[in-house]
Amino acid sequence: MTNVTRSRPLSPHLQIYKPIPTMVMSIVHRITGGALYFGTILVAWWLIAAASGAAYYDWVNWLFGTLIGKLVLFGYTWALVHHMLGGIRHFIWDLGYGYEKHFATKMAKATLAGSVALTLLLWIVGSLVR
Amino acid sequence: MDMRTPLGKVRGLGSAKEGTDHFWRQRLTAVANLPLLIFFVFFVARYAGAPHAEFVAALANPFVAVIIALVVTSALVHMRIGMQVIIEDYVHAEGAKIALLMLNTFFAIAIGGLCLFAVLKIAFAG
Repeated sequence: MTNVTRSRPLSPHLQIYKPIPTMVMSIVHRITGGALYFGTILVAWWLIAAASGAAYYDWVNWLFGTLIGKLVLFGYTWALVHHMLGGIRHFIWDLGYGYEKHFATKMAKATLAGSVALTLLLWIVGSLVR
Repeated sequence: MDMRTPLGKVRGLGSAKEGTDHFWRQRLTAVANLPLLIFFVFFVARYAGAPHAEFVAALANPFVAVIIALVVTSALVHMRIGMQVIIEDYVHAEGAKIALLMLNTFFAIAIGGLCLFAVLKIAFAG
């Protein structure tokens, strides 16, 4: 006898649906959360470097300041801002608001636009104050 | 027909014995993370690339040291239970799932240990 459970039909999964903003932002929320998880290594590295002394700290500072380092940090900033705005969207839902589908779609689009704008603003202001 | 015992109904913790604890903890740390991480983002924007002495002096401030320690603690609790859900969603082999769930906890505690030790060392010893 063939494996009964294996030959059962599967419910449709991701690839069968047309991507819509709320769905894409839900996926991106999880992906940015996962990225932030591993990004904590960078935070720990920075703090440990500072606690280890000036020589090692200067080297880590140089590494973070290289083009690749800056790109990673820029991506990390965006992931953090995006996950934060996504989280605020979840707070709104938790409080019982924002379930109307056109409004939910607007919020999803605003999350992306807001995260990109805020990240750029942060980096522009960050480079100006120095 | 409700098959639950009167005690089970009062406790309201369900079959996993945790009730809404995971959900609530995720929200609690999310609420804490919002102001803490806004502070952290500004702190990073201000001190990224700063000279060693300047960065250490900033972290030696008691308020900054405590807030950074709270940022690390709240964020790590939040991300640990978040990653737990990701693992439970995608890893179905029982052995691998349990191993990854353990690794998840070890990772969060290791990062927490490193960050908190660094902050305290700088705050106490410079």
